[in-house]
Amino acid sequence: MRELLKKLSETHGPSGREQQIARLITGEIRDYVDEVFTDTLGNLYAVKRGNGTKVMVAAHMDEIGIIVTFIEEKGFLRFSNIGGVSPYILLGQKVVFANGTVATVGMEKLEDIKKLAFDKMYLDIGAGSREEAAANVRIGDIATYYRELTFSGSRAIGKAMDNRAGCAVLVNAIRELEKTDNEIYAVFTIQEEVGLRGSRTSSYRLNPELGLAVDVTPAGDTPEPPVAMDVYLGRGPAIKVKDASVICHPRLKELLLELTEQEGIPCQLEVLQAGGTDAGAIHLSREGIPSAVISIPCRYVHTPGEMVDITDMQNAVRLLKSFLSHPLEMQKIFPCFLT
Amino acid sequence: MLLKKLSEAHGVSGDEGEVREILKEELSGYGELRTDTLGNLYVRKGAGRKPRVMLSAHMDEVGLIVVGFEKSGLLRVHKVGGIDDRVLVSKPVRVGKNRVPGVIGAKPVHLQKPDERKKAIQIDNLFVDLGVRNQDEAEKLVKLGDYVSFTANARAVGDNCLTGKAFDNRAGCAILAEVLKEDYALELTGVFTVQEEIGLRGAGVAAYTVHPDLALVIETTSASDVPGTREAGHVTKLGAGPALTLMDASFITPEKMLRLLVQTAEKHSIPYQFRRLTAAQTDAGKISQAHEGIMTAVVAVPCRYIHSPVSLLNLTDWQNTLRLVKSVLQSIVEGGLPECGSY
Repeated sequence: MRELLKKLSETHGPSGREQQIARLITGEIRDYVDEVFTDTLGNLYAVKRGNGTKVMVAAHMDEIGIIVTFIEEKGFLRFSNIGGVSPYILLGQKVVFANGTVATVGMEKLEDIKKLAFDKMYLDIGAGSREEAAANVRIGDIATYYRELTFSGSRAIGKAMDNRAGCAVLVNAIRELEKTDNEIYAVFTIQEEVGLRGSRTSSYRLNPELGLAVDVTPAGDTPEPPVAMDVYLGRGPAIKVKDASVICHPRLKELLLELTEQEGIPCQLEVLQAGGTDAGAIHLSREGIPSAVISIPCRYVHTPGEMVDITDMQNAVRLLKSFLSHPLEMQKIFPCFLT
Repeated sequence: MLLKKLSEAHGVSGDEGEVREILKEELSGYGELRTDTLGNLYVRKGAGRKPRVMLSAHMDEVGLIVVGFEKSGLLRVHKVGGIDDRVLVSKPVRVGKNRVPGVIGAKPVHLQKPDERKKAIQIDNLFVDLGVRNQDEAEKLVKLGDYVSFTANARAVGDNCLTGKAFDNRAGCAILAEVLKEDYALELTGVFTVQEEIGLRGAGVAAYTVHPDLALVIETTSASDVPGTREAGHVTKLGAGPALTLMDASFITPEKMLRLLVQTAEKHSIPYQFRRLTAAQTDAGKISQAHEGIMTAVVAVPCRYIHSPVSLLNLTDWQNTLRLVKSVLQSIVEGGLPECGSY
């Protein structure tokens, strides 16, 4: 898990430019599934064939980033954000482009730090002129935080735990899953951070009977946390009740809880006020798809120092395997609306 | 000139009929014409050929809608789409089906309190004056829910520029109409969409209907190369050619689509620029999300003072945008679709 998570975390894959991370995941999962393919927008599908219930499990593979919008005469790059990047967090960081070019983030003189905004900031790749800069970075290129993943006990600290932690859980669950009747589509989705865009089109394409998203959720177990939440690192995967994008189907939520009890998997419940995840788009696809979410608690979400607990991820893998190998008989799970 | 005629037509979001009729007349004989239930106009050419390409341009413009009558006969109005309150006061308008002339009025400056004078007059304190004596007379001329649009003649100014209203997006409509007058070795559906300004409403339905292999949105975007903004903050620059969108609030341009546009422009020596703003939305947001996902890009004519009756564009930019759209179709005919989604 650790080695895989490190590779996933350190690989480039901002929203809209998921090629590198998709290639990595393809290599990691190809030998364990019946088929791997991609679609027009770049979603990556790994399929385990079966005759049973058709389940889509989504983990978004994109991460937040910044996009170059202009190159100054002296070679400094102006940029805009992709997804929830905070100018305060970005200040003083290194960022990296798909071709490996590294930039440092600078800021103009400010009278008040409260006035910090992206238009007062720039990227410096050490180029002396517009031409020199343009030889390495084009307008429209997208950078991500540059950060090595490190471990501290059972904790991992690095960038893009949102949602490479989810990708690692999904990859491992698929690898370890024994033969089941269910037809399983593991989908590594694009552009979740800018509006659940990949899960919207991929769930439309697959039209599954059940939907499940694996994503991180903010933990509220730090001093004066920015998000007041009863979710703790190390207490197991969180089964989502709701967030701003979805109310998880109560029967699926109950099923996940029953499975944790049966298997003795530690878990917690999650109610998130703001924010959303791929299940938000999946459950509204076509005629409606019952959907649930398994969340991995994560501190410092959308910073280059996101922290997750490896044991939570391992327990998430156990829960996901248990769910996917469960006879997901639709009439038993949903007696109410299928009769 | 088609652009002038389209610009002067009235077509606030939800009331695009007049614009649609001009386009239908202009394009009759150039393809199969069809209007859907929302009012999108489709012009299809080369049915059955491959690949299937959709070009779109929204027909609607920002404006106002009548929400009430004062006893005095003045009309209370709300905005339809994003209009800067500061642009509204003292503008001539037309109201309702009969295009009743009126003006947007406000409390006179010498009756405004000192702090009121410092602020833009908000929509709640603006009204439309039809020059009638009372509510009864007003109600004989217009009805609740009637649309109010700016009125302005499009006219030439300076060095090859045109000023007028509703260039966003009649400039795009005029380009699309010209493109549709030629034939290409592919199936081409031009869609003139409705209700873009209030939430990309027509485009999603159009893309669902057409389900193309590739879509190109033809738009008009802000040029903010004016004092008080610095170069990095100019959304686009007048005279620098069509603007290519990198991303906006609804859409990220796939790298291969961006390369297709850039390479085509360079091959044909068409000047181009990148739009330096990543906010706002276009029809691409909805089109790219239709069905299983559609390869999409946006090209836009740069335009100063957008969403006002004195929008100003450079006709060479307009011509170059038209050339770029035609050339992109040619690139697709010659080189096929950009390989997308393959790793």
